[in-house]
Amino acid sequence: MANGFDRQKNILDFTLSSLLRRKWKNLALVFVYTLVVFLLASVMFFSYAIRREASLLLDNAPEATVQRILAGRHSPIPLAYVDRIKDIAGVHAVRGRLWGYYFDPVVGANYTLVVPESGAPEKGTIRVGAGVARARSLLAGDMIEFKTAAGDILELEARAFFSADSELVSSDLVLLSADDFLAISGGTADLVTDIAVGVRNPRELATVAEKIAARLPDTRVILREEILRTYDAVFNWRGGLLVIILAGAMLAFIILAWDKASGLGPEERREIGILKAIGWETSDVLLMKFWEGMTVSLSSFLLGLLLAYFHVFTAGSGLLAPVLKGWSVLLPEFRLVPYIDAAQVAALFFLTVVPYSVATIIPAWRASIVDPDSVMR
Amino acid sequence: MRRSHSFLLCLGVLAGLCGLMFVHASLRQRAMKPTLLEQERLVRELGLTDICLSTEANYTRHLSQADFTTAFQDHPLSLEHFPSGTWIRPGPRSGYGNGQRIRPAKKHP
Amino acid sequence: MLIELRDVRKVFHQGKPNEFTAVQGVNLWIEACRATVIQGPSGSGKTTLLSLVGCMTRPTSGRIEILGREVSSLPERFLTGVRRETFGFIFQHFNLVKGITALENVMLPAYPSGERQAALKKRALDLLDHFGVAAKAQSKVEMLSGGEAQRVTIARALINDPFVIVADEPTAHLDTRLAQEFMETMARLKEQRKTILIASHDPIVCDSPVVDRVVLIRDGRLEGEAG
Repeated sequence: MANGFDRQKNILDFTLSSLLRRKWKNLALVFVYTLVVFLLASVMFFSYAIRREASLLLDNAPEATVQRILAGRHSPIPLAYVDRIKDIAGVHAVRGRLWGYYFDPVVGANYTLVVPESGAPEKGTIRVGAGVARARSLLAGDMIEFKTAAGDILELEARAFFSADSELVSSDLVLLSADDFLAISGGTADLVTDIAVGVRNPRELATVAEKIAARLPDTRVILREEILRTYDAVFNWRGGLLVIILAGAMLAFIILAWDKASGLGPEERREIGILKAIGWETSDVLLMKFWEGMTVSLSSFLLGLLLAYFHVFTAGSGLLAPVLKGWSVLLPEFRLVPYIDAAQVAALFFLTVVPYSVATIIPAWRASIVDPDSVMR
Repeated sequence: MRRSHSFLLCLGVLAGLCGLMFVHASLRQRAMKPTLLEQERLVRELGLTDICLSTEANYTRHLSQADFTTAFQDHPLSLEHFPSGTWIRPGPRSGYGNGQRIRPAKKHP
Repeated sequence: MLIELRDVRKVFHQGKPNEFTAVQGVNLWIEACRATVIQGPSGSGKTTLLSLVGCMTRPTSGRIEILGREVSSLPERFLTGVRRETFGFIFQHFNLVKGITALENVMLPAYPSGERQAALKKRALDLLDHFGVAAKAQSKVEMLSGGEAQRVTIARALINDPFVIVADEPTAHLDTRLAQEFMETMARLKEQRKTILIASHDPIVCDSPVVDRVVLIRDGRLEGEAG
């Protein structure tokens, strides 16, 4: 009934007046609350979007990668192993891959060097990712010196660049020719970094992997499924310091709600008595308390959520990125596709709004069912 | 304006913006499809196995290629000394060297 | 009869060690459009009696009827509705809500009935104007003087246009002049066909010409009426 809506607004009016009596305290409360929601939502948005994008992109990774492990360390693999894999049933493509890392002492950054299967840059030139270009302030045509394994300096021209949009996969890449890579890494033509295997039928994958492991006992096979699983588990809520962030946020909410949940002071009790004495029912008082909780938690939730969205998807997660950066110099700019899990947003809502509102109403329950007569004394 | 009206207005605006947020997200998803396709192509052509989250250590840069011993390769007792390693952990123990069975990854909708 | 109490008894903390009978054996009728005073020393049960009449609390035994309708066994929701429509309270300690304006205090009792704010606000301002405190409508109650606060309390009691005004020791914190002003206000309200019920032991109240009837109470029992 129209009456009902007016009643809500009336009681809301009083609730707001009541909150404004302690204006600064309540504003501080909203501020802290929003901050906690912002933090939680940022982490939530970031990790979900990365996991989702990773699973989409890495679905194009090689079906199987074969690494050679010697004494627990990743070692170059003989090219001859390719022949021993080629004739396994189900395998339709095998190739040796050349890739590695390079530490650039000039800026202290780590690059990933990759020799592509086809379309490799001309000898003496490289194609670099946006992160590398940023770290070295490169423009087309600039030269970078690489130190070779033999101790010489090899100058390579940065002829082409990867787009900034593809930073998530290409930010630290340096594409170069096989000759240049071998000069820098000091490898020989009969050794490669690892072997990529293509298997068309996914159901044959397990068998192929077992056979490779059997034929080449000093190797380890990494399947695409495992790559995807790795990225599913990254930023896992159940592990790592993420649990501490979550626990910290929970603690913050509990502390915020404590003030309410620990019961009403005598002043508040008296006020409820007055309201009852002048004609408010128990349900009116509880409605007021409900709005008291809702005004703070609902506005904080919405504001925190919006700010988190801007932070992660428009501002490139500026506050989270340094955490991932660690000591490294080269940091990709995160231009994530805004994948949002509505279920997570709903969960965050219930986690933040409901406990606070409940903590506000429940202690008021006992005070609000007293006889109004008590206020006469 | 009456207090409850201004508050409800603000709340309405915020809620509306949140609704727009979802709309914006789905529009952006569509707009970024070409970027996604280009990156998928790069992954395919270059045979990449990892995305670039951190360039700090080799096991935070190529997490799927690392395993639990990689962090210790400098020295057997070497404790985790890269900050990003606390957030980015190498994949679950895997690889056909230890006879593990494949467990399928979660499919995202 | 407007209000009738039959053999009403009120016991507090029943069953506990501090059980206490505030009033008992009360048979009382209140006539409409009259001013009745309940006179007695402190601790005599005046406040409890007022409380019972005004539906603030239920009797432990006995019946209370308002306009022929039994109210002592109504569920809380209906009781509150009856109270809101029938009674306007003026408390001994004013009991205004601190930190909000005088105007809002006057409007408060009508909030739950879902009345539109515009009409309510006008009515409240008119009442404040009637009692000469319209200028203080937007002041916080802490800023009001004793007399102003008293008038705001009376305005609040009238916001729902009740039949009966109930006042508990209204002159306890007022000086002589303000106490007399209060009784003059009561006289005006009586002219407007309101019923007045006051609990007091102040002679200014009890001996006022406005008062039609004085009921004596002592130790929780009615002792008859004063001449």
